Amino acid sequence: MKYLDEYRDAGLARALAERIRRRVTRPWVLMEICGGQTHTIMRCGLPELLPSEIELVDGPGCPVCVTPLEIVDRAIEIAGRPGVIFVSYGDMLRVPGSRSDLFRVKAAGADVRIAYSPMEAVRIARENPHRPVVFFAIGFETTAPANAMAVRQAKREGLENFSVLVSHMLVPPAMRMILRSLANRVQAFIAPGHVCSVMGFREYEVLSAEFRVPIVVGGFEPVDLLESIAMLVDQLEDGRAGLENQYSRLVTRTGSAPARRIMEEVFEVTDRQWRGIGPIPASGYRLREAYTAFDAERLYGAGTIRAAEPPECIAARVMQGLKKPADCPAFATRCTPGHPLGASMVSSEGACAAYYAYRRHTAPEVPA
Amino acid sequence: MCLAVPGKILETTDLAAGRCAKVDFGGVSCQVQLDFVPEAQTGDYVLVHVGFAISKVAEDEAQRTYGLLRQLAQERPEGGTP
Repeated sequence: MKYLDEYRDAGLARALAERIRRRVTRPWVLMEICGGQTHTIMRCGLPELLPSEIELVDGPGCPVCVTPLEIVDRAIEIAGRPGVIFVSYGDMLRVPGSRSDLFRVKAAGADVRIAYSPMEAVRIARENPHRPVVFFAIGFETTAPANAMAVRQAKREGLENFSVLVSHMLVPPAMRMILRSLANRVQAFIAPGHVCSVMGFREYEVLSAEFRVPIVVGGFEPVDLLESIAMLVDQLEDGRAGLENQYSRLVTRTGSAPARRIMEEVFEVTDRQWRGIGPIPASGYRLREAYTAFDAERLYGAGTIRAAEPPECIAARVMQGLKKPADCPAFATRCTPGHPLGASMVSSEGACAAYYAYRRHTAPEVPA
Repeated sequence: MCLAVPGKILETTDLAAGRCAKVDFGGVSCQVQLDFVPEAQTGDYVLVHVGFAISKVAEDEAQRTYGLLRQLAQERPEGGTP
């Protein structure tokens, strides 16, 4: 397909890897923020193509992985209520809650449905006026505008049986948390290209200047990622720290104004809990006052459910660049996609799932 | 979750809920909402995420940056063999 195949060209990938090899003189730790980027990196074996000086660590950009356990428990509780139709993106169904997951709730008879778009949940509400329909609105800035559109559409149509369980996260506060940590190892970032296609990259210019850290807005194909790494290595080796845009075919400085407008209309910034990581101030969205009639947590009184993360799962440290999945004693033994301890093992963007799918048969690597 | 795929707009329609497009992804086509890229027209490529186009491919920018990449591949000291 156009705009995909050419960025999967092996000759281009090798040329970029060679350029990185010629340029690099010492070890550097780079973090790709988005779990989609992690999966491309592992699927295409980019660590093997890169010189040993470049260490890639996997960031927190997996919404399924960072959705807190208590929100998963609230989803499970609501989905189990009589008459409720619970609609979710497919990725959330296998995510382990404290005692169960949405697939098991569905197997036990609950009406849990998978949607590709939030507008499908609105359609289900329209077609089932006598049943409550709850949509699990998770995701980063890429997904928030679409979920906001669904809420606004439901309000316009007066669909009183529609509500949303909101767990929206924002990327820049998580990057700021990583950069402020005393244990931080990350020296440069590949920023999430699809988040930036909506938001633009002004927030990342601020981060780059504030922490003097190189940031490149990167795409999702292997050539995109290698070019992003080459641009970051150039900056690091030159002693520069700025914001550059590798994904210029899809990302502009200002992003999509209509998308940001609908997000602003429906959501407001709030503190959010990140699974395993803990609370991060002003790191997510909740519904604005004008839309509280659509807030499933209020409607179902589920906001009080609390839960503690199992201590064995190290995914939170993986997402901060402090550990690799294979460093976990439970990896591929007590924690597998069939029996996950944490969300990172089952999400299609989870770092643990990527290492399990593509690297499980190689020796665990020890960071230098 | 942030997975998004570029596709080509085959036709656009104005519906009560907003402007929509039929978008082709290498032979498979889907209905996509254009609320976030009101400037998109038939023949344009758009990036699609959970049923919404979130960005329009800047074709001139794509050609320019891809040209630079090809140039790099041809300048390899060992020649361009993969």
